[in-house]
Amino acid sequence: MRILGLAIGLIIWSVTAASPLEIEDQRVFPGTSARVLRIISTTDLAVFEPYIRAFQNDHPELSIDYTVVSSSTLHGAIRAGAQFDLAMSSAMDLQFQLANDGYARRYRSGATETLPDWARWRDLIFAFTTEPAVVVINSAFFADLDLPFTRQELIAILRDNPERFGGALGTYDVRESGLGFLFATQEDRSSDAYWRLNEVMGRLGPKLYCCSSLMIEDVASGRLALAYNVLGSYATTRLEQDQSGRMQILQMQDFTNVMLRTVLIPATAKETDAAGAMIDMLVRLGLRDVAGDWPLPSLRAAGLGETTGFGPIRLGPALMVYLDPLNRRAFVTEWENAMEQR
Amino acid sequence: MMVVTRSIGKRLTLLLAGVAALLSVLSWSMVTGLAREATQRTQDNVLAASATTIAETLRSEQGAVRLELPYAAFAMLGAISQDRVFYRVTADDETLTGYEDMPPPVPGRQGQVMFDTANYRDAPIRMASISRLVLAGDGPVLVTVTVGQTRDGVGAIAAELSQLAAIFSVAFFLVAVALSAFVAQTSLRPLNEIAAAVSRRGPSDLRPLYREAPADLAPLLNALNRLMDRLQQSIRRSEDFIAEAAHRIRTPLATVRAQAEIALRTVSGEPEKDRLRRIIRAVDESSRSAGQLLDHATVAYRTEDLARDRLDLADLVAQTVAAMEPTAAMRDIHLQVDGVPTPISGDAVLLESAIRNVLDNAIKYAPEDTTVTLGITHAAGAARLTITDQGPGLGDEPVDDLIERFKRGKNTESIVGSGLGLTIAADVLRAHGGRLDLATATNGSGGACVSLVLPLV
Repeated sequence: MRILGLAIGLIIWSVTAASPLEIEDQRVFPGTSARVLRIISTTDLAVFEPYIRAFQNDHPELSIDYTVVSSSTLHGAIRAGAQFDLAMSSAMDLQFQLANDGYARRYRSGATETLPDWARWRDLIFAFTTEPAVVVINSAFFADLDLPFTRQELIAILRDNPERFGGALGTYDVRESGLGFLFATQEDRSSDAYWRLNEVMGRLGPKLYCCSSLMIEDVASGRLALAYNVLGSYATTRLEQDQSGRMQILQMQDFTNVMLRTVLIPATAKETDAAGAMIDMLVRLGLRDVAGDWPLPSLRAAGLGETTGFGPIRLGPALMVYLDPLNRRAFVTEWENAMEQR
Repeated sequence: MMVVTRSIGKRLTLLLAGVAALLSVLSWSMVTGLAREATQRTQDNVLAASATTIAETLRSEQGAVRLELPYAAFAMLGAISQDRVFYRVTADDETLTGYEDMPPPVPGRQGQVMFDTANYRDAPIRMASISRLVLAGDGPVLVTVTVGQTRDGVGAIAAELSQLAAIFSVAFFLVAVALSAFVAQTSLRPLNEIAAAVSRRGPSDLRPLYREAPADLAPLLNALNRLMDRLQQSIRRSEDFIAEAAHRIRTPLATVRAQAEIALRTVSGEPEKDRLRRIIRAVDESSRSAGQLLDHATVAYRTEDLARDRLDLADLVAQTVAAMEPTAAMRDIHLQVDGVPTPISGDAVLLESAIRNVLDNAIKYAPEDTTVTLGITHAAGAARLTITDQGPGLGDEPVDDLIERFKRGKNTESIVGSGLGLTIAADVLRAHGGRLDLATATNGSGGACVSLVLPLV
């Protein structure tokens, strides 16, 4: 069995070594010395750049090599032993599994000690944002309709106006997006309306996306009437730049998933001190009281859940339940049945 | 020579503290063991519940074993601690899902939860496994669900409880030591009280000790009382013996002296007369010594149960001087008395004997044709009778030595004496609450100045 595991590991390693990661974006922020802090992340470069600048203000000697990948690529790369000093992801379940399976390095500092219990696990994984999943709409499509504020209302509107919303709905492709899968599974667990909504959306021929930013872009441009389960933080940033004035963010009142963006130090890390310093900075920003100009919300913003009442998704072994291959296959099959009716 | 070993109190305290320390360590290790056991059982229960919950979902679907990991199965593991979780489901030794390289489960009966401890991914883990037969395809398949969890949470709780127990044990030990010291002191108090009562007594107080004492100390007290009783009897017997002996010697001595006087008058040869005079002087001295021995015994007797009569010191002095006048006259010594009425209380016989012995000494050591002065003064509630002579004085040696029995000054070789005189006087005065002061006379004669100090009434 162990030989088999080793063999699989070797195969994964050779595959990743042979073919480079599916990189979405990459940039090196040069520092004054040869030291490089290698970050692998799912956070868009534009969103995270202010954090890198702030970090380099305090540590000008460090170069930062920032690589953006999808959450499943990130998960696979770390499991395969790719060398990074920091792994940052919005897919809590995948991050948690890395920590649980021993791919993360322990880190403890005065800053991490101040994190609430729900925002860290075993000094291996640290949360620094709370980001709700929201619905983004283009109000042009809702001209003479009441805006939906619960899933029931959303289902009713979609069901009553198939000609208007046909082909104009967008959501995550849970097979591709780790975050989409996390949102979907958590919603499955929490709300019975989820599958009925999927059924209704499936009949309307939804467009499936890998990432929040593309979905939001399509809503803004009018290609989509509604994007379901997108990252609130990205939507807010995009809304500020929106010229048309037709983009609108809706937060479901019946239930809202709140995701924690988490960071961990992979076991393969070399610049552990620099990685720790970055975690400390992120944690301090995560615990800030004033919103400020930072693109990502703080832990306090949605952590107390004044709109949802549910609080963030819990960091714990239960996150691994849906990652089980059998469970995942069963879930994806059911999702495909609902989504791909045409 | 007394050999002092460690005190009973200290030994008792140490012994009790030792017992307390032993009990503290015992209770600490017991609590620690129990805490470890209890926390381990808690984890086992949760692991068993988790494995059972997963096993419950096992079913056969189109000839294959199907299962669905229930959310609750892992949520409950996350609820008790932040421990890493591993799991594996096997069907007839083939891994269906989970961590393939997990240590194999302990074989057990179907439906029974088995527990095991192993090392996995660099950490000790606790595992619970349960097996169930599932009917699939061409026959029953034995499916085993194993759920494992690291033991950090359990260890942390057990360590915390152990630390708490350690603090309590130390506190218990400290309290026990304090109580031990208190108990040891309390139980030794009667013994210390008896010791204090005995050492408080005067040098000649040999009365039996009557006081409350614990049963354990009664034999000691009885033995002590018997010893004192024997001592007292023995002292009394020897005093009786001395008195009897002195008395018996004095009577024949008087006869010898009388016969020698008669012989002195009848013989005519000067050498014979001289010889007889020497005999008479030796007899006198012996008689005097015998008298002093008798006085000493009397003092020992009478101080035991001292009379407290109202007396006038001046009267006593006058009577004694009158009695001693002939002896002084024989040596042409003038006795000068200077007294005022001085009320004192005590035993007239003893006080007279004390004055007589001091005066006798003065007359004996003073050169012929001199004056011995007896003066009575009052000062600070005390009456002081001072007897001053013009003799050779007390010499250089410490004056306190002279009061010791049979001890005589170094400058007295030429004069016959027993060395009892001052001892008798000192004993009498001490029994009356007074004292005997010895000094050199201040009148420039260099003679001795002996003061008898008594409390005034």
